[in-house]
Amino acid sequence: MIEVVNIEKSFGEQQVLHGVNLSIRDGELMAIIGRSGGGKSVLLKTISGLLKPDAGSIIIDGADVTRARGKELLDVRQKISVLFQGGALFDSLNAFENVAFPLEECTQIGKAEIYKRVILALQDVGLNNIEHKYPSEMSGGMRKRVALARALVSEPKVVFFDEPTTGLDPILLHTTQTLIRQAQKKYGFTGIIISHDIPEIFEIVDRIAFLHKGAIHAVGTPEEMLSTKDQLVWGFLSGCVDDPENILCEKDSQICRFGTQGRRL
Amino acid sequence: MVRVVRGVGAMFLGLQRRLGHMFLFLLNAVSLCFIPPFKFKLFVRRIRFFGTQSMVVVIITGAFTGMVLALQLYYTLSKVGSESLLGPFVALSLIRELGPVLSALMITGRAGSALTAEIGIMRISEQIDALFSMALNPLRYLVVPNLVAAVLVFPLLAAIFDVVGIYGGYLVAVKMLGMSEGTYFSEMDHMVEWSDVRMGLYKSLSFGVIVSWVCCYKGYHADKAGFGAEGVSKATTDAVVTSSVMILIWDYFIGSVLI
Repeated sequence: MIEVVNIEKSFGEQQVLHGVNLSIRDGELMAIIGRSGGGKSVLLKTISGLLKPDAGSIIIDGADVTRARGKELLDVRQKISVLFQGGALFDSLNAFENVAFPLEECTQIGKAEIYKRVILALQDVGLNNIEHKYPSEMSGGMRKRVALARALVSEPKVVFFDEPTTGLDPILLHTTQTLIRQAQKKYGFTGIIISHDIPEIFEIVDRIAFLHKGAIHAVGTPEEMLSTKDQLVWGFLSGCVDDPENILCEKDSQICRFGTQGRRL
Repeated sequence: MVRVVRGVGAMFLGLQRRLGHMFLFLLNAVSLCFIPPFKFKLFVRRIRFFGTQSMVVVIITGAFTGMVLALQLYYTLSKVGSESLLGPFVALSLIRELGPVLSALMITGRAGSALTAEIGIMRISEQIDALFSMALNPLRYLVVPNLVAAVLVFPLLAAIFDVVGIYGGYLVAVKMLGMSEGTYFSEMDHMVEWSDVRMGLYKSLSFGVIVSWVCCYKGYHADKAGFGAEGVSKATTDAVVTSSVMILIWDYFIGSVLI
């Protein structure tokens, strides 16, 4: 279970997160949605420990990662994996070495077992015979899938996905989302996904949190979000202005992607 | 007036903060040099990167530095009839000063800039964050192998620079200016002492630390220098300029202590 309590984060004068509170259950896949520049990536980086919050606490598996030090912090971090927006594959390593990296560096597993697990992880993401390819020789989709294999190969308990499908074509987008869902079912990890792919992301997640102006405005299941009467959420999902006083969309308007009942027009 | 004083104070505090940050970075990296696990494979790769790949540039600059030294010193010494001191003068200039300094400057230009760009690109493409997210210390993978390799490689390249430079001087003095081979080398044996070699060694060791430290630091914090490619470009320029200036400043201080 991940508990985010009153997290605040500023960069200089600009406050990005204004007391974020969020609770993610064990084995749950949660999407965080919101406007670009709204602090989603900052929130993900803060929860995953890449950024230090100015205030508040983040409890992962019973340990407060904002206060933990030494072995306690290391233990928590070893349970976490991050899939970065651009993949963040190591340029100097080929696909096999990239996926094997966390196993070689963070575990005592033997070489034969590592080989087996890496090949299996690559097969799981639909990649065969690309072990010797370097990131520069791969397409964007391949890089994302290799990064996904690397994020999952060590069977983490918590996985953070930072826009895993941004920039992919509709077929790859669907494939990648299905892969994430299948992997989640197979390994049972708790996942947080930052995504702009609405409504596609609704098909694979258990719950959705809507981040607005640095705070969680609404949390609910995909059905609840799609049928919400909250003007901010509705305005965002339908692609209209998010200021409640200036909602441009009228019911069943053709400029909206959704009707008020969340059905695609 | 108050505004000026405040500005100067803020500038001084900013500089102090940056220097403290840089020093802590070095301290962390040095402490990791003694804490296992050690990354031997990365260390060997870095020796190739700093050493083997810098050989050509060091040999060329070493040869021409020795040749220029011999040419200019011969002209000067011939005015006072002391041409016999040409060999030791060339050797001493190279071993005590020019070998360590020029080889360090050459390596900074060739390998230091590439190192900053490489680490900077890793920073902006989130590869450093990826290491951190795997519960690994990025300094162990990116800084420690470079630091250790540089400390090992800089004195060796300086030694190669010295030897090639002395033979470059020999080429000009003996083959071109007609000086006898015995005169060029015999006085060298008497005048160059172990303390001179030790001074060159200490200098190049410290230059190894300076260049790897500054270049790794600048690359590691390339995201603070600017956004994306611009940040990497600024960090690379900063790294080369700062390393070169620090080499020359440190050269004076260590020279004045060891002289």
